[in-house]
Amino acid sequence: MKDGIAHTLRALHHGERQLARDLLAVAERHAEEHEVHHVATDLADWSREHADRLAEHAAGEGLRLDDDTPEPRSGEGPEGLLLLHDLRALHLAATENSLHWEMLAQAAQATRDARLLELASACHPQTLRQTRWTDTLIKQVSPQVLTSL
Amino acid sequence: MKADRIADPWGARAPYRRHDAWPSRVDAYLAEGVEPGAVQKWVGAASLLHSGGDAMDIAVVDGRMAGVRGRAVDRVSRGRLGPKDLFGWQANASPDRLTRPLVRRDGHLVETDWDTAMELVAARTRELLDERGPGSIGFYTSGQLFLEEYYTLAVLARAGIGTNHLDGNTRLCTATAAEALKASFGCDGQPGSFDDLDHADVIALFGHNMAETQTVQWTRVLDRLAGGDPPRLLCVDPRPTQVARHATLHLAPRVGTNMALLNALLHETIRHDRVDHDFVEAHTVGFEELAERVASCTPEWAADICDVPAARITEAAELVGTTDALLSTVLQGVYQAHQATAAAVQVNNLHLIRGMLGRPGAGVLQMNGQPSAQNTRECGADGDLPGFRNWQNDSHVADLAKVWNVEPSTIPHFAPPTHAMQMFRYAEQGSIAMLWISGTNPAVSLPELARVRALLAQERLFTVVQDLFLTETARLADVVLPAATWGEKTGTITNADRTVHLCEKAVEPPGEARADLDIFLDFARRMDFRDKDGGPLIGWQEPEEAFEAWKRCSAGRPCDYTGLSYDRLRDAGGIQWPCTEANPRGTERLYTDGITWAHPDHCESYGKDLETGAAVDPVEYRSLNPDGKAVLRAAAYVEPHEMPDDRHPFQLSTGRTLYHFHTRTKTGRVAQLDEAAPEVWVEACAADAMRLGLGEGDLVRVATPRGALEARLRVTDIRPGLLFVPFHYGYWDTKEGDGPDGGGPGRAANETTITDWDPASKQPLFKTAAAALTLVARADGRYAPAPTTTASAPSDPDSVPATAGGQQAYATQNSEPGGTP
Repeated sequence: MKDGIAHTLRALHHGERQLARDLLAVAERHAEEHEVHHVATDLADWSREHADRLAEHAAGEGLRLDDDTPEPRSGEGPEGLLLLHDLRALHLAATENSLHWEMLAQAAQATRDARLLELASACHPQTLRQTRWTDTLIKQVSPQVLTSL
Repeated sequence: MKADRIADPWGARAPYRRHDAWPSRVDAYLAEGVEPGAVQKWVGAASLLHSGGDAMDIAVVDGRMAGVRGRAVDRVSRGRLGPKDLFGWQANASPDRLTRPLVRRDGHLVETDWDTAMELVAARTRELLDERGPGSIGFYTSGQLFLEEYYTLAVLARAGIGTNHLDGNTRLCTATAAEALKASFGCDGQPGSFDDLDHADVIALFGHNMAETQTVQWTRVLDRLAGGDPPRLLCVDPRPTQVARHATLHLAPRVGTNMALLNALLHETIRHDRVDHDFVEAHTVGFEELAERVASCTPEWAADICDVPAARITEAAELVGTTDALLSTVLQGVYQAHQATAAAVQVNNLHLIRGMLGRPGAGVLQMNGQPSAQNTRECGADGDLPGFRNWQNDSHVADLAKVWNVEPSTIPHFAPPTHAMQMFRYAEQGSIAMLWISGTNPAVSLPELARVRALLAQERLFTVVQDLFLTETARLADVVLPAATWGEKTGTITNADRTVHLCEKAVEPPGEARADLDIFLDFARRMDFRDKDGGPLIGWQEPEEAFEAWKRCSAGRPCDYTGLSYDRLRDAGGIQWPCTEANPRGTERLYTDGITWAHPDHCESYGKDLETGAAVDPVEYRSLNPDGKAVLRAAAYVEPHEMPDDRHPFQLSTGRTLYHFHTRTKTGRVAQLDEAAPEVWVEACAADAMRLGLGEGDLVRVATPRGALEARLRVTDIRPGLLFVPFHYGYWDTKEGDGPDGGGPGRAANETTITDWDPASKQPLFKTAAAALTLVARADGRYAPAPTTTASAPSDPDSVPATAGGQQAYATQNSEPGGTP
């Protein structure tokens, strides 16, 4: 298996496990928020299943993935992965900003705060374009980087 | 009648009236001492040194080329030929043509036989496929090969090797034309026709120096200007081109600001309600967003950015906004400049909101630079899938897989085909380990040459170069394959208005040189590429068979060739695609009856964000444009990435001159053309020159943060603050051969240019950099070696002797007044 792909499998396996744990933690912490509790629990199942399937796939290729696999630290791994790592970080940061814009816009509507709503409406589309840009670049670059290592 | 066609590149006038047919005029040039009666045969071809596709016949005497003549019946040229076509054929017989393959041994290129060279290429390919996979192999081709060659290359690269890395040097030249057409109309394909020049009332040329890049079509404009009911010209160009000199209105905006100017033109068009609302309603989506985006883009706003008086912008808007027949043409001044695709798209938008499309005189020509750039695009040798198929549309990929009889997964379509600049980046990083370069010279034509030379010279990169001469690029190669060229092989080329011409073999290539098609086929045989049933992936041997195979691939696509054949092209001359059995005469204009290829199921592209290049996804496109109308894509002006500062106070633009093509590999070897523009020069305006104490002919240094060049100064009427350097000049005819002598300042414009590209079209920006200008040595009575006939004309006409070709440049022009084809 290509090193780049192995590295990404490890990172994703870890990420899915982590997201499953986070979802469950959120579900527990907000057990009284019924919608959140139930849906988060359901979504945690998805991530757990993803992790299992990743491990199964990797095993078939001779690569052992388990929960003890240490989390790859930022920028760690083969050199060519740094760009992908940074693009992924940018994408996640932009996604976080996007959600914050959405929260602000919702709040603005609830409070009939026209100025805040206008601000969010003007800026949020650009935040979404930032996420599309990082997504496009990741799509273009990852086949080359991951298959050449 | 004879004329010096170096001194007068456009030849004699044949005035004609609007809506009349352009009179014919047959231009011819025979080598000295060859009488017309001595010509043993005339062989049909079309021009290879620009995108006009002017039909011509090659004179053959005793198995050698002896001259050329235009063809009066040709729909494109009516018999005319420009200087490059009249004289350029002589380069074929240059004594320094490559005649045997070369391979690198102990650091030196040495002659070998074809079998050794090709087996080396095939062995390296197999090795890389085994060890590293198809992503380690890239192909970089040209805009000068024939359709049959691009198509063969596309099949072998995409389905044989299975690599995503195949692009053409058309990326540097007209990738933006394709991207702008895809953005607006969902699909590549030139909407207009050269015949629109006969019918237009206003011709707007955006960054298009037609007088130098398409001399024959400019002759057509001159003939109309001399006739009844002449067109009015709007010229947008920072240089005093011949187009500018003949224009009703000339705007010379600061380079990098096309987008601001165009948004102001759209603002005025909408503000005065010069909008064809029925057309907009019936054929477009996105008008509200466009109107909103340009609402604040007043002429006063743009005036500050562009450094053009607001009143002139208002006049320009009136010119394009009130005419009944507007033809716009766009070329490098837009395509190689900042915000290339966004600006080119605004020209489409202007036509869409004015309903100026699909009828005589009302159309858009997103121009090409090279003769077969259109073929590179349609055959999928340029970062697209063949037949304008959409890589994001699984049914298009499945359809292509059916044509090739392979599994869809064989054809890489998980990401867009890799563009050239990215390919060179991968080669620099080492993830591409083999680069096969055919018919182009990146060691002179790519930006930032020091980087490109270092990249190509890497030990770990295996480079194959296929060319006519030992170019700067070939000198850095591991294997050099001698190619046959125009006149020595057969194939088709499609010009910028979709006219397909057949170019036939007139003479044998020199030595062991082979047609590019034969080289690709030899490689395919050695690699033994198979389809999914075990048959040969590429089942053709001859150009005509390749053409027939391409016809099957084009069937039902916008660029449908199924109604064409070699015999038909021989008999009828140039024919415009789409051409089917039901429509055997071809198609003069696209979109005469609505927008045809923008439907989500049919479009070649779902579009891109013009400012970021982010791909629009299929679902988004479907909701934006469910009925397949033209898309009015808006964009905001953004300041160029590199602006002048204290250390680099000038803007620098590179470009071309009438007498040369690309990196001069052919035109630099032809006495008439070489002597007209023998050396590089730099243009600055009189006020800037005076301020710096510089004068005509002074040797100056142009420096940017990347590098520097030295050249003699030509003082012209170019816009203040701007320098211009022609990009043609490299090093093959210098001592060093592949780079600046002794590491000193070079003469190639691309020593200085920036590695930056348009986010949507990925076309490098050659027209927006910051530079410094300093004196190296006084002129001492010498002049800049720049032509006086063109945009490089001196501001003081008496300061420099006029460019002339003399006896050797006399060519005949046979006019038949009032004659029609």
